[in-house]
Amino acid sequence: MRKVVKKQVLLQGNEACVEGALMAGCRFYAGYPITPATEIMEIMAEKMPETGGVFIQMEDEIASLGAVIGASLAGMKSMTATSGPGFSLMQEHIGFAGMAEVPCVIVDVMRAGPSTGLPTQLSQGDVMQARWGTHGDHPIIVLAPSSVYEFFELTVQAFNLSERYRTPVILLVDEVVAHMREGVILPAKNSLEIEERPHPTVPPEWYIPYADPGTGVPPMPAFGDGYRYHVTGLYHDVRGYPTVRTDEVEPLIHRLFTKISKDFDRLQWFDAFETEDARVTVIAYGCVARAAHRAVRQAREKGLKVGLIKLKILWPFMRRTISGILANSQKVLVPELNVGQISREVKRVNESRCEVVTLNKVDGTPIKPAEILQKLGEIYS
Amino acid sequence: MNKVEIYRGWCKKCDICIAFCPQKVLEADEESYPTVVSPEKCTGCLLCEMRCPDFAIVVNKDEESRKETGPAAGK
Amino acid sequence: MRQTEHLVHKYLRSSKRFPHIWCAGCGIGIFMQALIRVIDQNEYSKDDIVLISGIGCSGRLPVYVDFNTLHTTHGRALTFATGIKLANPRLKVITVMGDGDAVAIGGNHFIHAARRNVEIASFVLNNSVYGMTGGQSSPTTPYGVITASAPYGNLEPDFDICRLAEAAGAVFVARATVYHTQLLDRLIDKALKKKGAAVVEVVSQCTTYAGHFLKLKSPVDMMKWQKNNSVTVEKAKQQSEAELEGKIVIGVLVDRERPSYHEQYQSLLAEKSKI
Repeated sequence: MRKVVKKQVLLQGNEACVEGALMAGCRFYAGYPITPATEIMEIMAEKMPETGGVFIQMEDEIASLGAVIGASLAGMKSMTATSGPGFSLMQEHIGFAGMAEVPCVIVDVMRAGPSTGLPTQLSQGDVMQARWGTHGDHPIIVLAPSSVYEFFELTVQAFNLSERYRTPVILLVDEVVAHMREGVILPAKNSLEIEERPHPTVPPEWYIPYADPGTGVPPMPAFGDGYRYHVTGLYHDVRGYPTVRTDEVEPLIHRLFTKISKDFDRLQWFDAFETEDARVTVIAYGCVARAAHRAVRQAREKGLKVGLIKLKILWPFMRRTISGILANSQKVLVPELNVGQISREVKRVNESRCEVVTLNKVDGTPIKPAEILQKLGEIYS
Repeated sequence: MNKVEIYRGWCKKCDICIAFCPQKVLEADEESYPTVVSPEKCTGCLLCEMRCPDFAIVVNKDEESRKETGPAAGK
Repeated sequence: MRQTEHLVHKYLRSSKRFPHIWCAGCGIGIFMQALIRVIDQNEYSKDDIVLISGIGCSGRLPVYVDFNTLHTTHGRALTFATGIKLANPRLKVITVMGDGDAVAIGGNHFIHAARRNVEIASFVLNNSVYGMTGGQSSPTTPYGVITASAPYGNLEPDFDICRLAEAAGAVFVARATVYHTQLLDRLIDKALKKKGAAVVEVVSQCTTYAGHFLKLKSPVDMMKWQKNNSVTVEKAKQQSEAELEGKIVIGVLVDRERPSYHEQYQSLLAEKSKI
């Protein structure tokens, strides 16, 4: 038997994202140019027609996500990509997609804000906006890759989660991961599990669009399939019709949350490094996790019992995983490229069990391994 | 003869049908609902039906006028 | 004994409650009936129609009819419509918007949808006011009138929606009033058949909030005003700008040919697609 040797390819993070999207079955891209996310759009402009998909450049980011939601309602796996200012504009439609339960994937390659900020330097400042940017109570799924391969892998997973739960999924990426080039070996096309949204199994006349089938995720036909139904951003009853009835409004919002929260156990995605005997644990994500990894290695060489938890899912926050870390460490260090966003969540989950130390940088430059190493030395006892 | 039917349950008494009937077939009754006062004058032009914002009027046309007028005739 | 049923009943959702939410004498219902009538005449399949709205009184239209219906965000109906049409060109995509919806908050999407020429039939129900929120000025509120948000008089000139659509590149632009129902039927028919971006401005009445500033007391007065102030495109050609001041020019204003976006995209796919 001939051995198939998979070729390593040199890919930029944004290129890997496109590869992941294509493998996941994305066939619609709408976007608006913005650095440092533009490469995704430019590559999509070339690749979509080749795969029989649709690419369109819209007039702004609001329109981009509107078109993406429309295409998804018509049955296509759809995505867009943007950066801070565009992400702000998209918040309105992120809420719509959440309320109307339309699968879609949104990439936010973060840049330093607020406003036009530092175009287009490094930041992790959109963590809380990704969680709470659109108005009203809502669940959200946010993934954060820290390498080129992970950007590929998590893009595939973003589509899978968005289809599985009928919810918008955000890929929160920092500029380093988006623009860095690494050698990666992409998996064969059929080696990955690709999920599709649940489809109705009853004839159209029996179909009740927003009735809970028990999983919390109602089946979703495409417009044109013969299942004529109503989609709205208003609170709606099981038929999709607007309602203000208290006995219909509250169950809806609770279902939107529980369809995801019931699977919290499945959504603990992290990498642990040297955590078993760690007295100090670093909690990091994105490019900062790379620096932290090196710092932890160097600290271990010096005999310090330190470890690292790299978060791949930021929201819903991995309370279970982090609680375990907090219970077993004396201290945790949360380095971030913002004034402290995930560290707030860590403190919330901590409930004063151990000391939470932060290391923040907001000047548009990366946190270096040496800075984390120094901090570890300072707080280690 | 054409027959104008009014669904009072859907009617909001806006008077549009009464005001614009070319033959003055309709008038407001004591409760302000439109009511047919001169059925014989109805030519089956359908304007009352077409202009009703609440889909509360149907003109049932007799066979003769059905051939001549109505929305389908202009097709 | 009923001999025939109202045509509209064939298309209303039987599970929806009626009467609908609009005020007595509101023009939206008249337009809705006309749209259904034309769809019925053309024997379009309900499964193939996607009816999309934004926010406002007009936004509530789709829920009543048994098509694929989508009630989007304020001003953004055309963005969703664009995605749907490109994702499945077989579908007949129709948007219904209000004046504030289409040309204030949705102005950007309105001009680019027209420029891009995606095959979408758009109907702008222009009642010159924000009705749902209680009678504030819209981009089509006449200059000088008093509204809930212009207690000292509106300082802004009003927009000509049709000229905007024409300048932006729509291939079919027309105007009717809800008084002129037969003309409305013909224009809806043409718009639905147009291969490209079609815009029909439907002059309508908000009897609750616009009547008072137009000094018109009832829906009947407002429709009489539509009747008396309308001039057909043909007659308007013989009149001066001054004569046409304050008049509603009705009929087909633009009907031209230009390849639509999705036709061009389909050719691109035929050339580039490797699957």
